[in-house]
Amino acid sequence: MELGDIYTEVVTEYSRSQKHRHPLEHPDVKVRGVNPSCGDDISLELKVKDGNIENAAILGSGCAISQASASIMADLIEGKSTAEAKHLAELFLGMIRKTVTDEKELEELEDAVALKNISNMPARVKCAVLSWHTLEEALDKLKDAEESH
Amino acid sequence: MNKYLHDFPLLCEKDEKGRRLAYLDNAATTQKPQSVLDAVMEYYQKSNANPHRGIYDLSMKATNVMESSRERIRSFIGAEKTDEIIFTKSATESLNLVAQSYGMSVLHPGDRIVLAVSEHHSNLVPWQIVAKAREAELVYLYTDKLARIIPEEIEEKINERTKIVAVAQASNVTGVINPVERIIERAHQVGAVVVVDGTQSVPHMAVNVSSMNADFFAFSAHKMLGPMGFGVLYGKEELLREMPPFLYGGDMIEYVEEQASTYAPLPEKFEGGTQNVGGAVGLSAAMDYLDKAGMENVRAGEKELTSYLMDQLHSVPHLRILGPDDPQERIGVVSFVMEDAHPHDIATILNADGIAVRSGHHCAQPFLCRLGVTATCRASLYLYNTEEDIDRLAKSLKNVRRWLNVGVR
Ligand SMILES: Cc1ncc(COP(=O)(O)O)c(C=O)c1O
Ligand SMILES: [Zn+2]
Repeated sequence: MELGDIYTEVVTEYSRSQKHRHPLEHPDVKVRGVNPSCGDDISLELKVKDGNIENAAILGSGCAISQASASIMADLIEGKSTAEAKHLAELFLGMIRKTVTDEKELEELEDAVALKNISNMPARVKCAVLSWHTLEEALDKLKDAEESH
Repeated sequence: MNKYLHDFPLLCEKDEKGRRLAYLDNAATTQKPQSVLDAVMEYYQKSNANPHRGIYDLSMKATNVMESSRERIRSFIGAEKTDEIIFTKSATESLNLVAQSYGMSVLHPGDRIVLAVSEHHSNLVPWQIVAKAREAELVYLYTDKLARIIPEEIEEKINERTKIVAVAQASNVTGVINPVERIIERAHQVGAVVVVDGTQSVPHMAVNVSSMNADFFAFSAHKMLGPMGFGVLYGKEELLREMPPFLYGGDMIEYVEEQASTYAPLPEKFEGGTQNVGGAVGLSAAMDYLDKAGMENVRAGEKELTSYLMDQLHSVPHLRILGPDDPQERIGVVSFVMEDAHPHDIATILNADGIAVRSGHHCAQPFLCRLGVTATCRASLYLYNTEEDIDRLAKSLKNVRRWLNVGVR
């Protein structure tokens, strides 16, 4: 495992990106995700209209890996349907768990593929997956809210 | 060449790049010298049986080994009586024992428990539980800018209502040495009992629980060259005698009838179940090793190395050390943060250079909150560390921001 495989320019750039770091007005769902052991602590906010994610915001703090992963995710899911977002989350988690290895299939993840090598770094896997698990939780919450209407 | 290093097999190993591990996570656990490993193995090869239970010679031998270990531990920490040394599995268990057995029996609604805000969760959460159950008040001694307990806090917070004060002799986050003698004196003035968490102090300085006048004193073997899974609770005999048992079962009883039981005398009253004799043997051997080195020498050597570490860390741009610089005020546990570099990433980058440090909240979240950080990197020394370990640390730290692509343009 070489450091250069992890701290790539894509990852370090995204880790400091401010693009999605602004709280949304009246988000439809807001979920906090925490890695107790390392102190990564993020909040994901989504604005959803007619099943489409119009805006995604990532607040909180954490390591470069968790922040890069979150920024990339926010970029990726904006403008997508909740069903597509769910699919992307599954794909990302599959990539990290190495259950999805087909490069063609992973193309959908776009820049998130830059985090693929984290799968070789067990100590940091939870940093990379934090925002995606938080997204899954947010989508479940949205669905529950819908169903109870 | 460090004169202890060659006693530690793990630290002499070379990795695929031909490097020794620069092991700087001694506050988490220490490496073990060959003599400790040999002593534990020899116990299992020659003396292993269930102590206290058999009439046969081997069981007697195991019992003798266990009791001579207890005596060894007593003399190392300067307790007056061997009965005052209780075996546990860890400092955590020792502290839980005091909280559950002593805390639960003496506290009444409105009583006060005073803790240092810098306590490890294992000397904090057990008191939260007890405070809640007994409707007692939990009050904290706060720290100054350099993470030292503010002296006035001691007089102010430890008042007539205070029944228990729990404080670490040295912080596992900042390495700060707390004024336990002063705290004990104040607590005794108001009739409170003091629980000292010695987990980070006993390994690094000469400790005498009697002259310190601690009422309880807890520590773990694995942070002082001994094996994991073994800990100690020292308690003053008159306190231990009045306290109810903590774990009920075999070995800690006198008579058991269908409806009631009476308990064994000290120390067995607190040692329910088969004890970790191999662990006790390992700790005794570790204490032999440390005594041979001389605790005064260990402390002096670490002070020197800590000064060196501070100097090297100060030479790293954008790095800030939490706590005082003066090695007189601290042990060789040093937490630091770096601008625009998360501790987690720092630890990963150091790891790639064969350097082991800890990152995170170090099981002291209220303290980190007080210090205004969510996580730190922590380098912690022991007698086998070298200036070379520290040079490698500093060199690697200087590359961190470049790896993270910050401050380069
Ligand atoms: C100050 C302090 N107290 C208590 C503990 C708990 O020790 P153990 O995990 O061995 O029970 C630690 C260990 O990190 C510590 O540093
Ligand atoms: Zn992280």
